[in-house]
Formats: sequence, structure tokens, C-alpha cells
Amino acid sequence: MKTFGTGQRVFGVALAALIAASGTVACSSSEETSGDAAGSYAIWDPYPQFDGGSDWVKLLTKCGTDAGVTVTRTGYDTTDLTNKALLAAQQGNSPDVLIVDNPVVSTLAEAGVLTTTEENKLDTSAMSANLLGAGQSGGKTYGVPIGANTLALYYNRAVLTAAGVDPASVTDWATLNAALAKVAAAGKKGITFSAIGTEEGSFQFLPWFWGSGARLTTLDSPEAVAAVSLWTDWLKKGHAPNSVINNTQTTSWQEFASGEYAFAENGTWQLGNAKKLGFEYGIIAIPATAGGPAPAPTGGEFVTIPAQKQADRYATSQKLVACLTSDDNLLATDTTLSYIAPTPEAQAKQVAANPELKVWVEAVGAAKGRTGDDLGTKYPKISEQLWKAVQAALSGSKTPQAAMTEAQSAAAAATK
Amino acid sequence: MSATTRSPRDRAAPAPARSRAHPARRLARGDTGRWAAWAFLLPLLAYLLAFYAYPLYRNLDLSLRDYTVRSFVRGDAPFIGLANYREVADNPTFVPAVTHTLVFTAASLVLQFGIGMALAVFFHQHFRLSATLRALFLVPWLLPLIVSSSTWSWMLNSEAGVVNTFLGALGLAPVNWLTSPNWSLASVIIANVWIGIPFNLVLLYSGLQGISPQVYEAAALDGATGWKRFWRLTFPLLRPVSAITLLLGLVYTLKVFDIIWIMTRGGPADSSTTLATWSYQLGFGSLLPQFGPGAAVGNLLIVAALAFGLVYIRVQRRQGGTE
Repeated sequence: MKTFGTGQRVFGVALAALIAASGTVACSSSEETSGDAAGSYAIWDPYPQFDGGSDWVKLLTKCGTDAGVTVTRTGYDTTDLTNKALLAAQQGNSPDVLIVDNPVVSTLAEAGVLTTTEENKLDTSAMSANLLGAGQSGGKTYGVPIGANTLALYYNRAVLTAAGVDPASVTDWATLNAALAKVAAAGKKGITFSAIGTEEGSFQFLPWFWGSGARLTTLDSPEAVAAVSLWTDWLKKGHAPNSVINNTQTTSWQEFASGEYAFAENGTWQLGNAKKLGFEYGIIAIPATAGGPAPAPTGGEFVTIPAQKQADRYATSQKLVACLTSDDNLLATDTTLSYIAPTPEAQAKQVAANPELKVWVEAVGAAKGRTGDDLGTKYPKISEQLWKAVQAALSGSKTPQAAMTEAQSAAAAATK
Repeated sequence: MSATTRSPRDRAAPAPARSRAHPARRLARGDTGRWAAWAFLLPLLAYLLAFYAYPLYRNLDLSLRDYTVRSFVRGDAPFIGLANYREVADNPTFVPAVTHTLVFTAASLVLQFGIGMALAVFFHQHFRLSATLRALFLVPWLLPLIVSSSTWSWMLNSEAGVVNTFLGALGLAPVNWLTSPNWSLASVIIANVWIGIPFNLVLLYSGLQGISPQVYEAAALDGATGWKRFWRLTFPLLRPVSAITLLLGLVYTLKVFDIIWIMTRGGPADSSTTLATWSYQLGFGSLLPQFGPGAAVGNLLIVAALAFGLVYIRVQRRQGGTE
């Protein structure tokens, strides 16, 4: 075998090293150009589950035809979309219409990627104020909600009956704890939720956090610690499975679907799957410490119009968005997505068509935006510390108090 | 290459087919040949520049600037020198991430290599079904990482995982494989070793086939069998193959991201965070991307890989042409 020269070998090793590491954070700056041709409008959405034949894509096409343009639609995974949108904006080829998860709106607005409703002339007057809140920062509005979802507690009626628990009696933390104890005594499992180390974990924890009276600006308050302790005690007592630490909301739902669990914290979007459960289920609001429904975070997407070099495109984009968010189309879209409509009128129609949605409409009415309270882009930094602290406490690596004290100092340092 | 890059003028040269053997004649060929040679190099160079040098430069640039989402889009991020690196080093996640990277890499390499070597020697004995079994061992390598990682994640689930069911059947207490800070790193190492064994097996097995049977026959006559044969003959003769297997394994293991991310997201509480997952976490894992620190961590990984590469060259040079 011929021996390679040292120089060649250094080069080869360097190359191998590059291959090793360039995979981790190499921000590719090459993005396909999107809809530059006049008459073609690009729409990006986070619904990759819908293909060309779906009602959603048909609606997009129809709205395009009505506005006299062709629509080029791309569906991205929702976690991908933020960075895709940022990169596209950096390259100057943002899509004409961008549908993004609501807590991302303030980030994109901060980046200057989105136009305000003053610039793009979108009408937001029909939208519920608490839903619109997630798309507002600094007194400006950056989009229209296309639908909302939130969290509530699904319960398994058979398990509760067998344990002698009346779901209507669960109105605060004490009654919930008592119910879980009875379920455990009856040999079933109590509650499942998702506490994974991503935004999903914070999303699921927030109803308990806010329901305790805690505020995101003070993660180490006694109320906040009480909320973490509630979850931690469930794990210690076996009322919740240890797997929640790694559960996504989907895997948590699969646990509930096994029929072994009394309660599951999950979202509006599971309604379709709930019908396939094979056992009778019901839904109650997530209780606050002292009783009454806890404010849950609003989920769901916003339709936004990213800034373009050619400002004359906004007029058509505005028509497209107006079409997508007209009452009738909202109704159709939100039914497909299993969301609650963002306008009181469409909500009333949804409840009329499906009375089961009433509890969800009420939950959405009580919900609040994560980036609201003027947190804006501070929210993601706080949220990251929050999910880390919850994971640390649940896995037993820190006490709830220590975890939240550290989270508060880290969050304060990150948001100062 | 010289045979194909000949210009028409060269065809008149007396012995073109032998030009490889006559360097002096090649020099006399003039500029055209050299230009042609460069022309052939150009696509490679362009490829290297576009797909290696530029991303690397961008990554370095990202790590030296104060990128917020706003300045990222506008492209006017101020130059802040090594502040991102300082921020990363002061971060409480830094020490655990480095430690986990070292433990993850070392444990994975030792186990993959050890088991891979044992299997290679085992299959080298050519018994019936050895080819079939060897093929079966390649399955982990052929599976997409998302499939194998998800499968491991299901098997190791605390509640419904088959591993805990098995432990229960043996009368052992269940282990919170993925959700206990004491076990999460071990779990991802186990999965990574399982995926890495075939790679080691294939390379070492082909290395074994390169060892002449006569050597073994001679050794057998001298009374070297079993362990002695392995330590005195097989292992030293496999050294060049082993070295390259370990280096490639090191490079692959340092950058392992998918397995850990799918199985634990680096958690709980950073207990299985490595530099690779941390870099992703910073850059893409939250709603608000931190490109600067994320790129800084990525660059630390590159430097680490380079350092190990240089160590490898050192070792090779000291061995003095044993290749």
C-alpha cells in the first residue's frame, strides 16, 4: 500500500473533522426562491400532514384563484418553520403569506420579518382579544389568528366510576389530588401529561403554573414552586408515570388511550382521536389552585404577511389572508384542524354544529397568550428555563425550590 | 490522470504512454498540460469551497458576531470577538456537556470496537451460516437513525418499555432509562454502541481477511493458539485497520446528535447533553434561536475533532510506515 504524504493526510483528517462538525450548526444560506414571479404567491404553513388533495390545500388554491393569482404552498414541520422563515427573510425571499405558531410571531416581529396590520391593512376587529394578544407587541399587531387550541383534562369515565370519583367534583388542586388518590387505590393510573424538555413541556406546565397564581417574571415565587411540587409529588406518589419526563403530547395521549389512566392533559386537537378511543371520555377544565378554571396557554397559528421588497404585493397577500380568515373558511379550516375559531361568531357556529366543543370554547376564552403580558421575545428564554427546572424537579436531580430558584436567576440573566 | 489530460501536442511526443515513468518528460510538456490538470481540479475545488470552506467560514463568522434575530435578518450583527465563546464557557451547561461528550465518545468507542473485534474474529472462523449471521449484524447500520432511535426509545420507556417488562419478569426493579439523570447517558450510549457495532465489525473483518493464512499456520507450528494468537498476531497485524476504524468511529461519535435528540432531547436536566445536542439546542431548540453561541459550540466540536485527527497523525508517524 502506498503511504500518503503527511500533508495529504493532515488535509484528509481536517476534512473528516469538518464533515464531523459541519453537520451541527451549518446555517445554509441557500434557500430556494419563493414565488418571485408575478402572479405566483408563496404560502408557507406548518401543516405538513395535509397533502395536495386535502381540504386545506384546496382552500388555499381557491383563495388564490379568487384573488387572481396562483398559490405555491409549502408545508413545513412547525419546529422547522421559525428558522426557515428567518433564513428566507435574510435572503430577501420571504413567502408572501406565512402561517406560524403564535409564540413565534413576536420573535419574527422582533426580527423585522413581519408587516404590521397598519402596513398590510388586515382587519383584526372580529378576533377575540385574548387570542390576538399573542400576535401583538409594542402596541402593534402582526397577524391574524387562524384558529386556537388550548389544554384541558380528558378523563376516562369508566376508570373514574370504578374509583368512585365524580368528575364534576374536581374543581381545584385538593379535589384533583383526592381523585388521583382514589384512582390509585382502585389500582388504576392517575394522570398523564407531557413534561418533555422542549417548548411542549412548558406549554403543558403553564396551566398549573398560572393556575397557582405564579407569574412568568418570577419563577421562584412560592406559587411557582407549589406548581412544580404538585407535579413532582404526583410522580413520587405514582399518580403520574415517570415516563411523563420524556412524553410528547402525542406519547402522553397514547398512554391515555391505553385505558389505564383516569386523566390526561391534552389539547383540542386530540378531539378527533378521542372519538376513536373505544371508551367513554369527558373533558373538564384544568383547575386552578383555589378552584375555577386555570388560564391555559393559547396554541394555534397566526396568519402573517412577511415584509417584501415590492410593497405592491401586500394588497394581494391581504386578499389571500382575508379569504383564509373569513368566517366560513375559518369554520372549515378549524374543523379540519380540530381548532376553535378565533372569532365569537364562528365559535357560536362551531358549538351549534357540535355541542361537545362548548367546554373548549370556554377554555379558549379563559386562555392567554404565552408571549402576552408584554413578555414578547423574553418568553422563549423564560420558557427554556421553566422546562429545564420542571425536568430537573421531576427527575429528582433538584428539589422544586432549588430548581425554580436557579431557573429564575438564569432567566433573569438571559432577559436583562 | 496524466493519461487523460494529454493535449494534442503531447500526442506527438515519442512515448506518451510511459509518461508516468518519466517525470522529466512530463515537465517538458509545457503549460497546456498544467492548465488541463487545473481544469480537472476545478470542480473538486469549487465543491470543496462551496460545501466545506464557505459553511465553515459562515459558522466561524456566526460565532464571532452578536446575532439577535433582528441582526440575523438584516445582516448587520456587530463583531464581538470571542464573547460568544466566553458566554458558552461560563454557561452552567458547558462542563456537563463537555464531560458527557467525552464519556459518550470514549465509552461508545471502547464498546463498539471491543464487541466489533470480538464478532469479527468470531465470524472469521467461517462456520456454517456465518455469512448469513454477519449480514444480520449489519441491520442496525442499514436502518435509518430515526427508526432505530425511536425503537430504542420505545423499548426503554419507563412505563411500557419491553426492557423494563423483561427486568420485571426477572424480578428486578424497573429502571427509568430515559428519564433518570443517572441513566439517560448510559441509555444513549447503549443505543449508539448497538448502531456502531456493524461499522466496526465490517472494517475489522475485512482487515482480518487481509492477514495471510500462512502467518497463522506458521504461528500454529510455533504453538501459538487461542488468546496468544490473537494478542501476538491478529491484534498487531490489525493495527493500521484498527487505527482508521477508531478514528472514523471517533469522528462519527463526536457528532452523534440524532440518537440523543430523539431519545432524550439531551435531558432530563442536561444529563445526556453533549456538545452536539447543545449546539443544536442553542441554535434551533427554542423559539428564539441563539445562532452565535450555537455556532461557537459547533466550532468547539470541529476543533476537538481536528485535535484528535492530529493525534492520530502523530501516532501514525511514530509507528513509521507500518501501513
